Amino acid sequence: MAETRGLKVPKKGYRLFRSKDWNVFIEGLWHNNPIFGMVLGLCSALAVTNLMLNALVMSLSVTVVLLVNSIIISSIKHLIPDRVRMIAYMFIISSLVIAVDLVLKVFLPDISRALGPYVALIITNCIIMGRAESFAINNSVKLAISDALGVGMGYGLSLMMLAFFRELAGFGTLFGFRVIPETVTPAALLSIPPGAFFALGTYILVITTIRKRGAK
Amino acid sequence: MNLLLLLFASIVTSNIALTYFLGMCPFVTISKNVKVAFGMGMAVTFVMTMTATANYLINHYVLIPFGLQYLQFLVFIVTIAALVQVIEIFLDRYSPTLYAAFGIFLPLITVNCAILGVSLFVMLRVYNFWQTVVFGFGSGVGWMLAIIAIGGLRKKLIFCDPPENFTAPGITAILAGIMALAFIGFTGMASL
Repeated sequence: MAETRGLKVPKKGYRLFRSKDWNVFIEGLWHNNPIFGMVLGLCSALAVTNLMLNALVMSLSVTVVLLVNSIIISSIKHLIPDRVRMIAYMFIISSLVIAVDLVLKVFLPDISRALGPYVALIITNCIIMGRAESFAINNSVKLAISDALGVGMGYGLSLMMLAFFRELAGFGTLFGFRVIPETVTPAALLSIPPGAFFALGTYILVITTIRKRGAK
Repeated sequence: MNLLLLLFASIVTSNIALTYFLGMCPFVTISKNVKVAFGMGMAVTFVMTMTATANYLINHYVLIPFGLQYLQFLVFIVTIAALVQVIEIFLDRYSPTLYAAFGIFLPLITVNCAILGVSLFVMLRVYNFWQTVVFGFGSGVGWMLAIIAIGGLRKKLIFCDPPENFTAPGITAILAGIMALAFIGFTGMASL
């Protein structure tokens, strides 16, 4: 169990918060946070965070794919031959992404159009392959679910943070509702691609600072 | 659309790395050195042109006539994986110098989202055959340009003294942002 090594299990508190699942969840949410911690899966994180609604749909899609993929991989881990496991992951992930894409096309056609190729690009998102290879293949279904939820929510939270900053400053709105009055000129720089890089860089700086404080 | 304009747009104004954020993982991780960046860029350009064309042909002559569009993503990624393998074997056999130059990057490319992204853009924007070839090549060159430029910039960072917590990924993101601004400055000339 390389993933939870060095984590102290607190003695007091509710039972849920003392369990191993909770530790794995928090580990995924914060220490292994895909965007700010491991710097994985950046394509979608940068591309869809100009509006909060897009970011929300994207993070839900990624979480669903990650969760189902982790459940499948961890439950059939004894059946997958070691040498072809990458191809097996790819087939499972592609099928799940096709399903998610069809659901979005039917129920949320506008957002599906706005997300463009980025839904399909979940297939090559390093987070999903990474969690399958480094966690789901070696662990029980229960732990794999905790891990997938933690990493998925960590990804979602990071995306929402980026999108909050970018939409608020770039358009003056949140989820399409006007927050800053129209008389104030928005900082349009943040809504175009370079703004995504600036927002990401700033967030990494802030998060690294907080982490270092915590480690002391 | 004019092919020359498409080439210019895909290299500069609609740069695949800096405006569509595709292929960001190698962009951040292996851009420390210009030589490696160049090798990776060459390999990506080569593979991108081949896979975009192959996926265009498969999409038009197999998937659409048989009504199998819902399998597009799966078929595209399998084609890319297979083609990368074939290219690797072919280079190893017939062009050892080229294989030595970018053979090590080829396995990494299979999961590079820029490669799949270009095939998807071709499908979404309904390009014809020559537009596909030009767009695939131009996007590859654009990606190479971006990764080489950031490799060069990061080398200069050794002599700078950024804040302690502004370590590699953070400062690279800011650098990429400034570069993206420069690239987007050409938008008035041609854009997709």
